[in-house]
Amino acid sequence: MSSNNNMSLKLKVWRQENEKAKGQMVDYSLEDVSPDSSFLEMIDQLNEELVEKGDEPVAFDHDCREGICGMCSMMINGQAHGPESETTTCQLHMRKFKDGDTIAIEPWRAKAFPVHKDLMVDRSSFDAIIQAGGYVSVNTGNAQDANSILIPKTDADLAMDAAACIGCGACVASCKNASAMLFVSAKVSQLALLPQGKVEAEQRVLNMVDKMDELGFGNCTNEAECEASCPKAISISNIARLNREFLSAAVKSRH
Amino acid sequence: MSIKKLDGKVPAGPIKEKWDQYKFDMKLVNPANKRKFNIIVLGTGLAGASASATLAELGYNVKTFCIQDSPRRAHSIAAQGGVNAAKSYPNDGDSVWRLFYDTVKGGDYRAREANVYRLAQVSNNIIDQCAAQGVPFAREYGGTLSNRSFGGAQVSRTFYARGQTGQQLLLGAYSAMMKEVAKGKITSITRSEMVELVLVNGKARGVITRDIITGKFEKHAADAVLLCTGGYGNVYFLSTNAMTSNSSAAWKCYKKGAYFANPCYTQIHPTCIPVHGEGQSKLTLMSESLRNDGRVWVPKKKGDERKPADIPEDERDYYLETKYPSFGNLVPRDVASRNAKLVVDEKRGVGATGVAVYLDFRDAIKRDGKETIKAKYGNLFDMYNRITDADPYSEPMMIYPAVHYTMGGIWVDYNLQTSVPGLFALGEANFSDHGANRLGASALMQGLADGYFVVPYTLGNYLVTEKPEQESVTVDNKEFDDALKAAEAHFDKLMAVGGKRSVDSFHKALGLLMWEYVGMGRNEAGLKKGIEEIKKLRAEFWKDVKVTGTKEGINVELEKANRVADFLELGELMARDALERVESCGGHFREESQTEENEAKRDDENFCHVAAWEYAGDNSDPIRNIEELSFENVALTQRSYK
Repeated sequence: MSSNNNMSLKLKVWRQENEKAKGQMVDYSLEDVSPDSSFLEMIDQLNEELVEKGDEPVAFDHDCREGICGMCSMMINGQAHGPESETTTCQLHMRKFKDGDTIAIEPWRAKAFPVHKDLMVDRSSFDAIIQAGGYVSVNTGNAQDANSILIPKTDADLAMDAAACIGCGACVASCKNASAMLFVSAKVSQLALLPQGKVEAEQRVLNMVDKMDELGFGNCTNEAECEASCPKAISISNIARLNREFLSAAVKSRH
Repeated sequence: MSIKKLDGKVPAGPIKEKWDQYKFDMKLVNPANKRKFNIIVLGTGLAGASASATLAELGYNVKTFCIQDSPRRAHSIAAQGGVNAAKSYPNDGDSVWRLFYDTVKGGDYRAREANVYRLAQVSNNIIDQCAAQGVPFAREYGGTLSNRSFGGAQVSRTFYARGQTGQQLLLGAYSAMMKEVAKGKITSITRSEMVELVLVNGKARGVITRDIITGKFEKHAADAVLLCTGGYGNVYFLSTNAMTSNSSAAWKCYKKGAYFANPCYTQIHPTCIPVHGEGQSKLTLMSESLRNDGRVWVPKKKGDERKPADIPEDERDYYLETKYPSFGNLVPRDVASRNAKLVVDEKRGVGATGVAVYLDFRDAIKRDGKETIKAKYGNLFDMYNRITDADPYSEPMMIYPAVHYTMGGIWVDYNLQTSVPGLFALGEANFSDHGANRLGASALMQGLADGYFVVPYTLGNYLVTEKPEQESVTVDNKEFDDALKAAEAHFDKLMAVGGKRSVDSFHKALGLLMWEYVGMGRNEAGLKKGIEEIKKLRAEFWKDVKVTGTKEGINVELEKANRVADFLELGELMARDALERVESCGGHFREESQTEENEAKRDDENFCHVAAWEYAGDNSDPIRNIEELSFENVALTQRSYK
């Protein structure tokens, strides 16, 4: 619906042909943007205009557009997922911007997240970290009755808080060291808080941290930018838990 | 052209014993031999991820493909409400039999009884398995699991993890997958799309994929292929499906001989956020668990423009509670959706567009307190607020139905095998368990049942019986080259059109046609018109579509063009199926066939069957084969939720 509230915007968008090409910021202006549009619908509008002109649309990752799949990943005016707290890019709405605003849009930037094209990056390093131990080793068919594992509600709730991580990588993108500690700690915490995950807890934390280091993620220096940018409000208290788990495992390590 | 009567291969014996007996009768693959078999799994949602992990644990070599950058992002992740199981932990009279009964009834007697019973049987194993994986289900203070109730059931059998059940179950299955990747039993290929199925000697022996990053076409051979690529709701353009959810893998299988069953069975979900305007790219679902505490209403007066708070109690029409006193706001999805459309058609809709109804939490907040409601639905309320800028704690939500799930899909027998030997279909991609309407919290259950507990048995039986490994097929077989050339030619053709209209503009136009003619209410004249219009649009697409960029490297427009070309064919098949099924059932509402109370009226005499469409070439009409459905355990009755 076109209305009087519609906005004109100046966009500066990172365009990069492929992983090896050199990228640059390109200026676009966009008219008639509805404040009810989501940020990605605004990009859709830009792309529709680019296609109209025969230009290549801006490549960006997105899928569910409900804030849960973790695909969308844009630095908006220097902030991962933009200015709203606890909000993914797809759930950011244009009513949070003003008519005439200039918006800079860039991909996640981290050594471990190389750019595929424009705003799309490669986050397969996150899968590699989970492969290093982010699971409970229980094969299908091994389970006992679910209610035979009693879990205090407070523990279950804390585990759920940590498990809510969507693996988008905003924590890495906003950290000056490009550290993946918040991501790793969320999974370590979820499983350390539950009796199901206890058996392998020590190996898990050692292996996952090792893998994180190996993949080129930086160290944590307690800036807390990760927590501030996390769309799912994953708390840095998980990093403290990871550090405790890691220390205790390292001390007891038989290797 | 001859119509076939399909055999669902349902085993003999009493329904309670069929699956156990069948498992015993099946041939087993010796543990040492499993490593000789290669299995391809397309899609890594709940069905694909659970199947891959389980097959890898058993010893098979598994290769998985997904279009996203990680298997963890499949659209199963968006399911909010929960997963059903017949645990009966609340001691409220639930049982395997009741879950079976509710699902058959909820599906309006258009599902295969034996499949549904098996689904109910394994539902309890799913909860055990997921809990063991560390899925953080909601719990009571004593440490036991919590349950809640959901539409279409009078017991509390739904397990949940806040409003993120799909996410947590998928992360559980994904973590099991990653465990097997680490062991080298699964090769996980991401950002890759299946573009052709490869048959050798009539059996599914592999696929051609297109690498989304490089644009390269690749050949992959296997002893069996599992299609776990979800549903086709995006044929409507606006739906609650993710942006890349598509029907292309299933459609390529259809064109290689897999029958497409009941394509007209689509589910319109009653509780979605209404459309805001032209730029709308997708619709957002609010979990229907909200209907546990929210009350649905519209003003009694037509065109009432007062604010909801200014409308006194006696001028509100709580139409679901009045019409359906025993189920009230918890009637099944199709009933809730149709009634919303009825009141909007009567000009009693609300909001700026008049195309919405209220879902009001005022009374629940008064009764339980804001904190309790917040604990139950906090994240959903936040989501609503973020999208609409309105506060559901102080004013009613506005909701309207949207396309959400497709019950139709690739036809499978009791083994989940399609009409192509060696090709299996799991989860939403198959047609089998939900009949003409799916109950809430049953999609997660079915995806995981198929992947964790059904296909690991039935696939083994196929491999031992058919011995595909003895035919020693590799990617060097001519069939792979032919399929690769055909796929490449298809993409070249899309690039070569060189027209003026964007891919999205065609997709949107198709969506409008589908919503208008093959939407919530369907009739003969509309369906015939719809078929003609879709044909015209398809011809226009191949004359005037504009695909920018090149074939090499990332080209999102080309990916979309491939999917929309398939949607333009599938849309027509859906309309044909709806036209041929001259009865109403579940999500398929033919206006010519309704009761005096505007409820769906089935015609069991003529339509108590599955319609399984067979591809007959681009220039011939498809063939409508049927599988008769027999109900030996649940009596066919007019569904009533009064």
